[in-house]
Amino acid sequence: MQTVSLGHAVSVIPDGASLMIGGFMGVGTPECVVDELVRQGKRELTVIANDTAKPGVGIGKLVSAKLVRKAIVSHIGLNPETQQQMISGAIEVELVPQGTLVERIRAGGCGLGGVLTPTGVGTVVEEGKRKIAIDGKEYLIETALRADFALLQAFLSDYLGNLTYALTACNFNPVIAMAANSVIADAEHIVPVGVIAPDHVATPAPLVDYLIAHA
Amino acid sequence: MNAQDIIAKRIARELKSGMLVNLGIGIPTLVASYLPEGVQVFFQSENGLIGSGPIPQEGMAQARLTDAGGRPITALPGASTFDSAMSFGLIRGGHLDMTVLGGLQVDQQGRLANWMIPGKMVPGMGGAMDLVTGAKRVLVAMQHSAKGKSKVVRECCLPLTSMRAVDLVVTELAVISFAEGCARLAETAPGVTVEQVIANTEATLVVPGHVPQMAL
Repeated sequence: MQTVSLGHAVSVIPDGASLMIGGFMGVGTPECVVDELVRQGKRELTVIANDTAKPGVGIGKLVSAKLVRKAIVSHIGLNPETQQQMISGAIEVELVPQGTLVERIRAGGCGLGGVLTPTGVGTVVEEGKRKIAIDGKEYLIETALRADFALLQAFLSDYLGNLTYALTACNFNPVIAMAANSVIADAEHIVPVGVIAPDHVATPAPLVDYLIAHA
Repeated sequence: MNAQDIIAKRIARELKSGMLVNLGIGIPTLVASYLPEGVQVFFQSENGLIGSGPIPQEGMAQARLTDAGGRPITALPGASTFDSAMSFGLIRGGHLDMTVLGGLQVDQQGRLANWMIPGKMVPGMGGAMDLVTGAKRVLVAMQHSAKGKSKVVRECCLPLTSMRAVDLVVTELAVISFAEGCARLAETAPGVTVEQVIANTEATLVVPGHVPQMAL
């Protein structure tokens, strides 16, 4: 794990990268990383996240700056700009049921090829997917997702990069921490090793590649 | 009482102490305010919380404690928080006793459409497909008609949320159950006749000899 400046952490992300970004309607999204992505003008990004938040908040800022080429998300209803760019063809949007999305990411992070889920059977979600019957019940085969980078918002990080999350700001963060080639974490507080008890670590330090130093 | 309050109040009577319940956005959110006295349920918010409470007092909002629409809420004593994989494991895994969702259409077999209107509105399904597929009981809270057209239809023309039949639809006119693969008129709202419900419903309703009035 390296502790790096915000600018350095974002500079390692190339144009065209796939990014898993924590957050649910912007809550639990590393806002400073999003701002720096916009400042450095990273383009042609693929974003995998729960939603695209709303204009001016979290992932919504990437959408407004037209930096996103593809979004794999469960919901865009509260961001009219995502909907406009989808209709105009500027963004490709893959809508995935929320529980399926998080399980596809979990599978990607756990070495599984995918998951079997009953969600979406008999709906438009099953189009182009294989179905399998187990004990007489139908499931969709949903393939695993991985990304080049995971961008996390933690509550606490110790000097080694052990992380905890706060309340509903947890959401996708610990799941995406498993499923990306490089993990960049921002923490609200950086604390000495030992402050976070072993039982309370949600994301173990070896998963974190870059911790953003506080200015 | 307006239509939304009738619907929310009737659904609140389905809540029993100890249940784990997920309320969707819109009319379903109102159900919490009609929780019968003495009944204690756990409300789940699918962004990772069991034990969600009312909107915080002014100045008491906590930015990391929000509902599934991203708005500040509170947590009641005994609340717990968890990540999204756990949250949807609870939903899909049969641990959720009841989900209450809004609806655009429900067909005669009880199949719900509530997540998109092709060409007009594509918000995404969010958690709705998992909730309808996985909850033990699925209740739909919706107005009986939209723009003069019945929302309880013979067949949904909008994309389905799930093939799984919902258990109850509650509107300002009636309670309709879908226990045996058909739409059965279970209750009428106060002041509403069976004939009025039938006249306002596109789906064919099975009407028993006696239809009780909705108790509110």
